[in-house]
Amino acid sequence: MSGGPATGHAVIDKSEIETLIQGLWKSGYTVVGPTIAQSAIVIDEIKSAADLPIGWTDLQEGGSYRLKKRDDQAYFGYAVGPHSWKKYLFPARLTLYTIKKNAAELEIIAPDPAPRYAFLGVRGCDLRAIEVQDRTFLQGAYVDPHYKARREQALVIAVNCAQAASTCFCTSMGTGPRARGGYDLALTEFADRFLVEVGSERGQGVLASLASRPAVQADLVLADNQARATAESMTRTLDVSDMPGLFYENLDHPRWDQVAERCLSCTNCTMVCPTCFCHSVDDVPDLAGETSQRVRVWDSCFNPEFSHVAGGNTRPQIRERYRQWLTHKLASWVDQFGVSGCVGCGRCITWCPVGIDLTEETAAIRGRLEA
Amino acid sequence: MTATAREVSGAAGDPYLPRVFEVRSIEPQAPQVATFTLAATDSSRDLPFAFQPGQFNMIYLPGLGEVAISISGDPDGREGLKHTIRFIGRVTEALSRLEPGSLLGVRGPYGAPWPLDQAAGRDVLLVAGGLGMAPLRPVVKALLHEPSRYGRLSLVYGGRQPIDLLFAAEFAGWRDQGLQLCPIVDRAGPGWRGEVGVAPALVHQIKLEPANTLVMTCGPEIMMHYTIAEVLAKGVPGQNIFLSLERNMQCAVGLCGHCQLGPEFLCIDGPVFPYPRVARYLGVAHF
Repeated sequence: MSGGPATGHAVIDKSEIETLIQGLWKSGYTVVGPTIAQSAIVIDEIKSAADLPIGWTDLQEGGSYRLKKRDDQAYFGYAVGPHSWKKYLFPARLTLYTIKKNAAELEIIAPDPAPRYAFLGVRGCDLRAIEVQDRTFLQGAYVDPHYKARREQALVIAVNCAQAASTCFCTSMGTGPRARGGYDLALTEFADRFLVEVGSERGQGVLASLASRPAVQADLVLADNQARATAESMTRTLDVSDMPGLFYENLDHPRWDQVAERCLSCTNCTMVCPTCFCHSVDDVPDLAGETSQRVRVWDSCFNPEFSHVAGGNTRPQIRERYRQWLTHKLASWVDQFGVSGCVGCGRCITWCPVGIDLTEETAAIRGRLEA
Repeated sequence: MTATAREVSGAAGDPYLPRVFEVRSIEPQAPQVATFTLAATDSSRDLPFAFQPGQFNMIYLPGLGEVAISISGDPDGREGLKHTIRFIGRVTEALSRLEPGSLLGVRGPYGAPWPLDQAAGRDVLLVAGGLGMAPLRPVVKALLHEPSRYGRLSLVYGGRQPIDLLFAAEFAGWRDQGLQLCPIVDRAGPGWRGEVGVAPALVHQIKLEPANTLVMTCGPEIMMHYTIAEVLAKGVPGQNIFLSLERNMQCAVGLCGHCQLGPEFLCIDGPVFPYPRVARYLGVAHF
């Protein structure tokens, strides 16, 4: 059995990643993927395989992120960094339109067409995060045409995680460590080759442009073992039973006061969260006041003015803002979109400057920790 | 692509894009409050602006931004598109400096309306506070077009001072058409012969058949809180009580996240809610 062919799968040499990247650029894609900047693995344009963090890994804990050299030359030997793919599907700053005041009319100028992205290295948690944002921007009462244009064109190449950070808890959220659909191709990295799973016709077309050979059952077994080992190495868990009721029944829990003493309301958790979608639209006029751009920018429920109304701010204290964020993420999100707003990526834990851990806060609300 | 107003309305697939409207008239209502009548500049200019009482528009001033403003005109459309606006923020203060002929952007109408479809054959009690009268005026107009379809029609309307009461010039006409109108002010002035106090305190005086009464209230949350307590005490079932809530609204299309109250997006799920749907959240301070 271990020598038999595995349909829907193929094997490529590691050097084929370069062929893949160059081919995607030639096909008109802007290729984005993991790369190192400012001592972190971020997501940015990838011009060649040399831009990937080959031979690097990350050490993550609550409030801490460090890069470290690996003993090998793994291409994808790290967990998720501060960026997520919403950087491209739902950009942090996006001009929605420009308005020009002419003598007797207002002229509205549409933005440039959306770029066509190829995402290289999307992890299981982030595949789910994209699906979660699809529900917000594509499946509600109104469709966001800017997200839609980016999303429909995007090619998604997933990578199955071979290791977990200490902040990861995708197994609790049912999102990883293995890609569970929503990709065009999914890669599993071995020491000397990649196993490629085809997830779409478009992915099949991309695979056809690479030098590949058939996969055998042994490759699949190896991939299964790798996924199982990654899952078993995960140390954090989040009990998502009784959601959303747990939070609605505990809106006055003393833990909200306690966490407010630590939370800086800095907005980091919402910026790094791959599903947070809150935004403002600002007017950016030129100095003459003749044209003005309507610019959509990420906002955060941790900003005091987020809840501003004529009578004051609805949530004036950090206690209320943290409660809003966590209650939305884990509870009301389920009511609104039929799915949790948390994918278990752990970014909000790593990038919280004081290391607040939503899994711990939830356990405390549940009454399993000393408040 | 450039677009004049006509082409913009063709881009209706983008919920962020406004249509261009012109200010037709500005009618002072009260100190720092005026009613703006707007008209489309595109090919739909001769059609009435279709909306349901309780809905709102996003009003856009280029260079400044957008504000959510409820529609205060008659839903039959004959008055034109009306917004009654208090000049209290950056955008609304700039609106106060506009003149007839000025252009602005309009997106809408948005939001869940008042339940006029449930009003036939029932007593209807409206309780408004301050600017909360603006989204209830379309209800008054709609009810008074066919008062015989309903039971007793009552409006309790509270303001700070007599001069703050909006649409006061219309009160006599509304009464003539069959509305029991009870204005009440926090502070009386010269010539005021009406009630002094807070709106909820008048509710117990209103004659109605509780089990067959529909209540609609809009005003400061604290006023609505006590109004609801009063009408519940009279025996009006909770599901017959509707309230219009206010939160920060920026996109009006359920995407920007600002107006959330628990699972509700006020802009698309509200702003008008049946009381039982939001009761559990309204009791939580700063939620």
